[in-house]
Amino acid sequence: MWKYLLKRLVLMFPTLLGVAIFTFFLIRVIPGDVVELRLAGDRGSVSPEALQMERARFGLDQPIWRQFVTWIGGAARLDFGTSMWTGSPIWEEIRLRFALSFQVAIMATIVAVLLAIPLGVMAALKQDTWVDYAVRVFSIAGLATPSFWLGIVLILALLIIFKWLPPMVYTPFWVNPWQNLAQLIWPALAVGYRYSAVATRMTRSAMLEVLREDYIRTARAKGLVQKLILTRHALKNAMLPVLTVVAIEFAFLIGGLVVTEQVFNLNGIGLLFVQAVAHRDYTLIQALVLLVAGIFIFMNFLMDIMYAWLDPRIRYR
Amino acid sequence: MSVSKVVRITIGLLMAGALAAPGFVTAQVKPRNGGELIFVVPSEPPSYDAHQEETFGIIHPMAPLYSTLLRVDPLDKTGTRPVGDLAESWTVSKDGMTYTFKIRHGVKFHDGSVLTSKDIKASYDKIVFPPAGMKSLRKEAYEAIEVVEAPDPSTVRFRLKRPESSLLLNLASPWNWIYKADLLAKDIHWYEKNVMGTGAFVFVEHVKGSHMVGKKNPEYWDKGKPYLDSYRAIFISASSAQVAAIRGERAHIQFRGFSPPERDQLVQALGPKITVQESPWDCLNFVSMHHEKKPFNDKRVRRALSLALDRYEGSKSLSKITLVRDVGGIQVPGTPYATPPGELEKLAGYGHDIAANRAEARRLLKEAGAEGLSFTFKNRGIPHPYEPIGIWLIDQWRQIGVTVKMEMIEASAYHPMLKRGDFEVAMDFQCGFIVEPDLDLARFVTKSDANYGRHKDMVIDELYQKQARATDLEERKKYLRAFEKRLLDEEVHVIYTLQWHRIIPHNAKVKGWTITPSHYLNNQLDVVWLSE
Repeated sequence: MWKYLLKRLVLMFPTLLGVAIFTFFLIRVIPGDVVELRLAGDRGSVSPEALQMERARFGLDQPIWRQFVTWIGGAARLDFGTSMWTGSPIWEEIRLRFALSFQVAIMATIVAVLLAIPLGVMAALKQDTWVDYAVRVFSIAGLATPSFWLGIVLILALLIIFKWLPPMVYTPFWVNPWQNLAQLIWPALAVGYRYSAVATRMTRSAMLEVLREDYIRTARAKGLVQKLILTRHALKNAMLPVLTVVAIEFAFLIGGLVVTEQVFNLNGIGLLFVQAVAHRDYTLIQALVLLVAGIFIFMNFLMDIMYAWLDPRIRYR
Repeated sequence: MSVSKVVRITIGLLMAGALAAPGFVTAQVKPRNGGELIFVVPSEPPSYDAHQEETFGIIHPMAPLYSTLLRVDPLDKTGTRPVGDLAESWTVSKDGMTYTFKIRHGVKFHDGSVLTSKDIKASYDKIVFPPAGMKSLRKEAYEAIEVVEAPDPSTVRFRLKRPESSLLLNLASPWNWIYKADLLAKDIHWYEKNVMGTGAFVFVEHVKGSHMVGKKNPEYWDKGKPYLDSYRAIFISASSAQVAAIRGERAHIQFRGFSPPERDQLVQALGPKITVQESPWDCLNFVSMHHEKKPFNDKRVRRALSLALDRYEGSKSLSKITLVRDVGGIQVPGTPYATPPGELEKLAGYGHDIAANRAEARRLLKEAGAEGLSFTFKNRGIPHPYEPIGIWLIDQWRQIGVTVKMEMIEASAYHPMLKRGDFEVAMDFQCGFIVEPDLDLARFVTKSDANYGRHKDMVIDELYQKQARATDLEERKKYLRAFEKRLLDEEVHVIYTLQWHRIIPHNAKVKGWTITPSHYLNNQLDVVWLSE
């Protein structure tokens, strides 16, 4: 198994390299120019001299292959350069935003798991009863409701009913936990609900499938109590597909909450991504794509390990 | 050359302004000290050096940290009256070629060092004569300056190559922050990533993508000011979140502007807790037509397209949904060089008889062989006010038999498209930081980098030069009216739509702040206070 995991680890690098090459060239195909956009501003014009000077500063006057070699050389040393919009180091741009997005993703995952697993199991156990129907309605509504819309409703409800709005500025948890949670709990709920809907559906169907397996019938025939059958035999096996969903959703949340972040004014990775694309900030886009790709790859790797732990039958060669 | 009327009038106004400068607050109510002003900024500073930037995203959060030589009077609603900031007084030589400024005593940088004329000279040298490798985005506005001198620690002198009527206003530019000479001498790029000013507030922190904080400068030269203890600029890009911040009283104000529906929403929700200030805005959308492409090389076609527009009816309907309102000429209505209504109505497409205008438009199209004209109109992919104006234009042109397809160009690809000339007809725009003809009209001269329609017009070029050098107020107005007639009527190089309209709904607790036609002005916050 260790050999397999090592192989998977090594394979991450060509995947990331492929993503890097693809991103580098693709964004340069899209029309638009970071330098013109930044210097023209509201005035709508800028001198060719200023444009040339700024392009030279970012190496945009160099042949594209040289730009790529310079960038990929830096990336190999984990130096992603500076933002073409702000001139600040990329890691500085990403650091704070990543902390926020990571926390929202964790909180939304907690909300989703706390809702999805009990509801999914209940629905499976009480199949075709009012409990099952209620859970199905709840989860289908969650799937059908965009989280940003739910976010807007939450904000309006807080504003109109309680005359209160969540803080507009991010405070790290270790600085002021109350302030931090007062801001982030709402997007976590809005996103967590949709997320839980996916996981609830998956938990229910996985549980239904597992509960019909021979080994469950055997366990029942042996006279095992229901609680043990569920926790030791059914739930553990049913968790495999649920974990996959949770992991993929978690990775998505790091960079995918674009509109929700706008609604709640969250200074996260999703919003930074949109701004980077709107500004044609090549270096920042490249770093962000690599970051998100890295997170997806890492989560997949983590899932492989979890699979092996949850299901001893799985042994990799 | 003798001192002309305009220079004398300007000097009079300036001296009065300079004397009044330390006591801007003329309201009956005594300003209250204390509190933190929280304001929303829809953009963010790319760097910290205003000399090299072009976005209000640097002016709004950082102007309170700096001083300028002159500033636009924060109580002047036209945004055209310069008064002293670091300059205590000044004189202009009889020939209009030398401007001498006396600098206030005891002004200190936030590190405690004393400001001298050397700092002002170094800052202006960086702006007007930037060293190799250093960009200065507005240096063209100072081409008339030959040299900046600091003959003694409290005197700065600007010697010009020629008289320039706009010089004083240009020296009141909100971009021209005064930097410390020693820091610039050590590293000309120092101010890109650091802050050291003499403003009413001292820099505390900037959390990227989140907020910027400044606290009261106890050593500020204008004793008793600022009134606020601190300010906090919150960066919020989504307009819905900006409105929610004001509505939820998480922020007091946003200094750029809201749309009419957003204003109405806030007024309805907050009632007496909200105050609304409105002003014509020194921003404009106009239509550029590519003069090298048929049939737009024919001025009859261009004139027909302008005649088709019912600007007065358009104003009524568009002002309800987006941020445009007034029908204006080449200068913001209500400002010194604005076109009088009687004059405006004589221009093509500005008359009130729309039926007659459109009949003339059809006739011109027929005469030019452009009946049934159709083209693609390239517009900028920004909702307000570009989209509604674009839709309105298409509807207006349809009424003279012209078929137009609108193509929305994503914001970052829009400017390169204009520059390449990859259009027949396109929406163009500009926003001024001070209402000043030299700044607003420079783009229409033949050799301008922003002459996207690529017209070649020596008459326009000559009129521009004449108005820029005119030292008499009436003489300058005469040249400006001739310029306007040439640009919008005789040649119709571009088609002006409607003047933007600036709407600032803010928390009623915010006092001492006056709206101006430019969202770049009046952001130093030294005269702003909170009533509770």
